[in-house]
Amino acid sequence: MDTFLQQLINGLVLGSIYALVALGYTMVYGIMQLINFAHGEVVMIGAMVALTAIHALAGSGLPGPVIVLLGVLVSMPVCMALGAGIERIAYRPLRNAPRLAPLITAIGVSIILQQLAVLIWGRDYLRFPPLLPESRHHLGDAVISTLQIFIIVLSALIMVGLWFLVNRTKLGRAMRATSQNPQVARLMGVNTDQIISITFVIGAGLAAIAGAMVSAYYHLAHHLMGSMLGLKAFTAAVLGGIGNLAGAMMGGVMLGIIESLGAGYIGDLSGGFFGSHYQDVFAFLVLIVVLVFRPSGLFGERVSERA
Amino acid sequence: MNNFGGNKERAWIAYFAIGALLLVMPFLINWGLGRFWLRIIDFALLYAMLALGLNIVVGFAGLLDLGYVAFYAVGAYLYAILASPHFGIHLSFWALLPLGAALAGIFGILLGAPTLKLRGDYLAIVTLGFGEIVRIFMNNLDRPINITNGPQGINLVDPIRFGEFSLTRKHEIFGVTLTDLHQYYYLFLLLTLATIFICMRLQNSRVGRAWVAIREDETAAEAMGINTRNVKLLAFAMGATFGGVAGGLFASMQAFVSPESFTLNESITILCMVVLGGMGHIPGVVLGAILLTALPEALRYTSDLQQAMFHKVYIDPANLRMLLFGVVMVVTMLFRPEGLWPSPQRQRELTERDA
Repeated sequence: MDTFLQQLINGLVLGSIYALVALGYTMVYGIMQLINFAHGEVVMIGAMVALTAIHALAGSGLPGPVIVLLGVLVSMPVCMALGAGIERIAYRPLRNAPRLAPLITAIGVSIILQQLAVLIWGRDYLRFPPLLPESRHHLGDAVISTLQIFIIVLSALIMVGLWFLVNRTKLGRAMRATSQNPQVARLMGVNTDQIISITFVIGAGLAAIAGAMVSAYYHLAHHLMGSMLGLKAFTAAVLGGIGNLAGAMMGGVMLGIIESLGAGYIGDLSGGFFGSHYQDVFAFLVLIVVLVFRPSGLFGERVSERA
Repeated sequence: MNNFGGNKERAWIAYFAIGALLLVMPFLINWGLGRFWLRIIDFALLYAMLALGLNIVVGFAGLLDLGYVAFYAVGAYLYAILASPHFGIHLSFWALLPLGAALAGIFGILLGAPTLKLRGDYLAIVTLGFGEIVRIFMNNLDRPINITNGPQGINLVDPIRFGEFSLTRKHEIFGVTLTDLHQYYYLFLLLTLATIFICMRLQNSRVGRAWVAIREDETAAEAMGINTRNVKLLAFAMGATFGGVAGGLFASMQAFVSPESFTLNESITILCMVVLGGMGHIPGVVLGAILLTALPEALRYTSDLQQAMFHKVYIDPANLRMLLFGVVMVVTMLFRPEGLWPSPQRQRELTERDA
């Protein structure tokens, strides 16, 4: 039972991070029916930039959490600019091209970002300095750290904020209009190009925060961290119903928990044949199962089948 | 009529000249550039086979497969497991060639079946995941039973043998010495030509036309009575088959396989060849494969150049290579989506924007 609760907590933390990244996928998909393949790499760049800033500030004598906050504040604008740039260069010119074209440019962009990261930061892992309080709290037999609580709470706050933005503001209304029908939205005076750009920017900002969270949680960052994280977050978005904000949040949390529990119990269930190093396989299995049985996701109404 | 006959004659002369050039190519390369480049030409042919296989999926049927390297890996590992001291099994090349092709084909169907009802973007991400999963399994299937030998990979894979004729040994034929790389060149050349022939026949077949119809408009294709599911599965299986064969060849030539060789970057490399050359056009794809095998190797010289100029290597050539691939994909799609050497039909489709 103690492992169960512990895995549940770990899953919830992981899931909150997946959910933040999944929001980026789902927002872009919702507005232009396109999977932004480069999104995982934006998370990676966010983590790297934040870590660089944190390392630079580490000797300044400021309190740890302030340094981390400053690191995130540096990485967010960088990622936002990156998000806008990717949209402008790789997607906008291809809006009316055959479907395969933007997919291929997106893959190209993610390879470029990965290699740029190698050029700038090298192939070694970047370590996250021990700046955050390591205090642990006991919950029955399970342990939860302050950082874990912080990740869960912050993610929840961001998601509530985003929901408010999309459903209660003028910008949100413009986004929903663009998503439903870009032509009509334009007739109503919505600058759809700008709205699409803003969507990418918001997604990239969330990616920057998620990147800092992941590197703080695992105490490291490296140039290859983006692709697997991206794949999992995408799975989370599909699980919840792609294009659906609440779905992406739920999907993220569910995937995190499935993965943690799966990795925790696979050894027992398979009689020791498989170990926890198969953790990464679970996300993929979930993706396949969802796509086969319920391609519109758990909370999606939109039918994803379209040629 | 006369004119036509003349063209035909000229065509035969051209074929003959190309054939002769291909035959003496390894000697020219070896003499002019050395064994290092001879090896690269061998790899260019191997990549041409892979790119032609992927072209069936991406170019003909319009399904974006980002996990193609998984089939290559399946073929390579099958060969390595059944022809090495790892289990002490040494099956012959003639048994392993069809086995590898069949197993990869089955994997292709396994991968394709759950995803073919979905849109292209989903397919892309599922295939990407599949490629990663196959690699995770190769990395971890060394316990409890040691099947793949984990990250160390499998060593001492048997070379290809035809009876007593082993491709790794030097042979003297008509007074000409053939090294292992020469012999692999001729084998790969033969198989590449066979692949090209099969692809051309496929393209003009009923199935090939069905693939193009699906690529252009799946709903319309279905309305015309094409069983889109089966035809798409067939594209996946056919493409995977070529990957499996190429994998076996790779394992035997290298005499070594490890998960390192089958990363996502490898899938991207092959995709890049197809995209740059011209999706769906066989000569274009071969051109893409040759260009993108040779060009990155030429980039190796940049590290000497950097050393000479700055006394330090700032940009690692391997890094430069992937960067080049990324840029090639973006630039090709933005400015010449039909590729360097497109099929006339495809060029028309892609330049007309009102579709």
